Amino acid sequence: MEKIKSYIETMGWPRIIIALFLLSMYVIAPFVGLNLGTSLSDTLIRFGMNAVLVLSLMPMIYSGTGLNFGLPLGVEAGLIGAVISVEMGLTGVLGFWGAIIMAVPFAFIFGWGYSQILNRVKGGEMMIATYVGFSSVAIMCIMWLILPFKSQDMIWAYGGSGLRTTISIENYWQGALNKIFPMADKIPFGEIIFFGFLAFLMWGFFKTKSGLAMKAVGANPKFALATGVNIDKVRTKSVIMSTMLAAIGIIVYQQSFGFIQLYLAPFYMAFPAIAAILIGGASVNKATVINVMVGTFLFQGILTMTPSVINNLVKTDMSETLRIIISNGMILYALTRKGGKKNGK
Amino acid sequence: MSELLLKIENLSKSFGENQVLKDINISINKGEIIGLVGENGAGKSTLMKTIFGMPVIRETGGYGGSIKFEGKEIDFKSPFDALEAGIGMVHQEFSLIPGFEATENIVLNRESTKNSFLEILFGERIKKLDSLEMEARAGIAVGHLGVKMDPKTIIKEMPVAHKQFTEIAREIERENTKLLVLDEPTAVLTESEAEILLQTMKRLANEGISIVFITHRLNEIMKISDKVVVLRDGILIKEVETKKTSAHEITEWMIGRSFSESEIIKKVTENKEILLKLDKLWVDMPGETVKKLDLKIYKGEILGIGGMAGQGKLGIANGIMGLYTTGGKLTFKGKNLELNKPKLPLENGVFLVSEDRKGVGLLLDGTIEDNIAYPAIQIKNEFVKRYMGGLIEWVDKKDVEKNALKYIKKLEIRCISSKQTAGELSGGNQQKVCMAKAFTMRPELLMVSEPTRGIDVGAKKLVLETLREYNEKYGTTIIITSSELEELRGISDRIAIITEGKVAGILPPEADIIKFGELMVGIGGTDGKN
Repeated sequence: MEKIKSYIETMGWPRIIIALFLLSMYVIAPFVGLNLGTSLSDTLIRFGMNAVLVLSLMPMIYSGTGLNFGLPLGVEAGLIGAVISVEMGLTGVLGFWGAIIMAVPFAFIFGWGYSQILNRVKGGEMMIATYVGFSSVAIMCIMWLILPFKSQDMIWAYGGSGLRTTISIENYWQGALNKIFPMADKIPFGEIIFFGFLAFLMWGFFKTKSGLAMKAVGANPKFALATGVNIDKVRTKSVIMSTMLAAIGIIVYQQSFGFIQLYLAPFYMAFPAIAAILIGGASVNKATVINVMVGTFLFQGILTMTPSVINNLVKTDMSETLRIIISNGMILYALTRKGGKKNGK
Repeated sequence: MSELLLKIENLSKSFGENQVLKDINISINKGEIIGLVGENGAGKSTLMKTIFGMPVIRETGGYGGSIKFEGKEIDFKSPFDALEAGIGMVHQEFSLIPGFEATENIVLNRESTKNSFLEILFGERIKKLDSLEMEARAGIAVGHLGVKMDPKTIIKEMPVAHKQFTEIAREIERENTKLLVLDEPTAVLTESEAEILLQTMKRLANEGISIVFITHRLNEIMKISDKVVVLRDGILIKEVETKKTSAHEITEWMIGRSFSESEIIKKVTENKEILLKLDKLWVDMPGETVKKLDLKIYKGEILGIGGMAGQGKLGIANGIMGLYTTGGKLTFKGKNLELNKPKLPLENGVFLVSEDRKGVGLLLDGTIEDNIAYPAIQIKNEFVKRYMGGLIEWVDKKDVEKNALKYIKKLEIRCISSKQTAGELSGGNQQKVCMAKAFTMRPELLMVSEPTRGIDVGAKKLVLETLREYNEKYGTTIIITSSELEELRGISDRIAIITEGKVAGILPPEADIIKFGELMVGIGGTDGKN
């Protein structure tokens, strides 16, 4: 009994409830006429799409810079990389990596500027980050119209200038990561391996001196200062890391999705990612790779399963409603427990 | 003048096991100024809190004995009752609203009001403020103090002295204030400002208001008080008319030893190598400001730094480490060390065990072993293992654990394992972890602030003995800052007493304790010269 209790405690009640709920969805699925295999594969595909975006939140959480509500900023950098790659006509794996290579320098610059803002608002990062994310979307909306892209596949057909809201990359690098693996349309091996690689790098980073310094800055800035750690520098580093990963994350997302979505699409990118990592058991100042994986799976699982099961039961479309309730509800829940275990009890 | 206002009889108070006041008997007459003195922790503030009816007293089990105010036994349930009865208190920290005018602060919640029709609808709280009347009242109160200040000034734009006067004005503006308690009112003032305040106090006393004046500055007490009350370790040592005593005598009562005038302050030999030299060091540490301090630390010595709380002794080490904004000049091993760069002193072999164990010293959620190894990893690149030809550098967990186990054994840190989190340990064991952290760095100059604060006797002994051992065995120079003079006398080679942000004097540990006391209260001493 004691063992079960301590196990539950480490897992956390919210995760157990959500996992049971998800499990019940899989159980009900065949009875309402859904194919269980397809359901599972849908969940996995969505996991592969989103996992890197969720992972990108980790460095900033560790350095005490809070949940990265400014994720759209990194997403915009990723979008720039993606459209440049398409403009250059790169295809396949080359196109995918080209997009990343183009995106990373932009993410670095954006991240640096973003960190300069965040270092000036210590304690109120999350509020400011939200505004930075939103305003970056607005600025980029203008940029998409005036940047001199020429590719026929991307610009508005009637005006001859300005990028379209949705750009298909079917002929460029859709599925670039998966294509070499068998059953690519069922199980996204490529994306999972790619995520695994990045997650391993992240795990390794937090075993290094710099990683430890980052943890200390988040856990106790005074301690870090007294140990000679340059707090602002470490925070800057974490913000740049998060922004670059977000850029890579959106490119992974696009190559799986098959479309580059510009303009207002990145607007609400932050919320599902943050909700996922919180469902996974992260708090405002602590997150592990396990949290990322568990959270992404549970969150994406519920997003795929609940609408289809419930739509089949009640015959109305309420997937969007559910998505919003779950993601915002989870964020709200986590913020009320800001101190993690300490204040939550 | 001999009408009795307040009579305290057999007052005692304890917090749990800890008796802080024992058998206190004091009587205060109308229009009398009582100087209340005592070392830190002598029970001054507890005494005042008891009189003022602070909830904390009630929550911790009330007090024994009786307190009679104007002949009636008091029963204050909260400070509001005390205010009602006519006791005003000015705390050491200002309790003013920074964005309000002086007038508004002075009459807050006792504003003059005019009638308006809204009152009929919403009751008394919606009455219109009568600003003219309020200004007039504030003007009178300020005029009473004998100072010139505009009651319309906004608090945050005022000099400190005026804030202090505003506080006092607020207390005396209450119509029935009979007893005024001033807790260290002159601590933040310059000498001339303090002088004005003292005059004000005299005038108030002449008008029949009794004043309890708490201060560290004995000369002020000598100047204006009618009676001096000396507390030591919760016991009333002396209640005596000021005329019949002297500052020396009072110091003696405060410290608790008689002294002989023949004691000579031993000159420290200066032919030793200077390890660290501070020139005109100032440190802007809130509550512990250091002001243009000069100090030399010799190689291989244990220097004790003592002094009253709030005088700046803690600021010195924090300033050297660059944890608070610092100015002046720092010379370490003959080399000028740049200030405000926390990494520099660490790299040069200076380490501080902070007085704030939980806030600065430890990662409370981190394991014991991580805490101990942390600075060495960051600064000295120790406990780091290279993989793939130096491409990857990971912290070597095994090494970290081995090191921690060594110190757990040596310092007798009581814990389940080296993986236990530091936050779960008791104060004494946390202190030992902080020390282990310092020893792992093998510093040339080790600074330890309040190493024995809040830890039990056994741990205290071990901590001090280990420090001494490191000093003797490895020649580590140690600066130990502590509020406990006895502890400093037990371990140090020299003891510097810090008063008002400066070195008041340096004494050998065997010097008479009364000399230390005199330096602490700002009389005698060499005034800032080594």
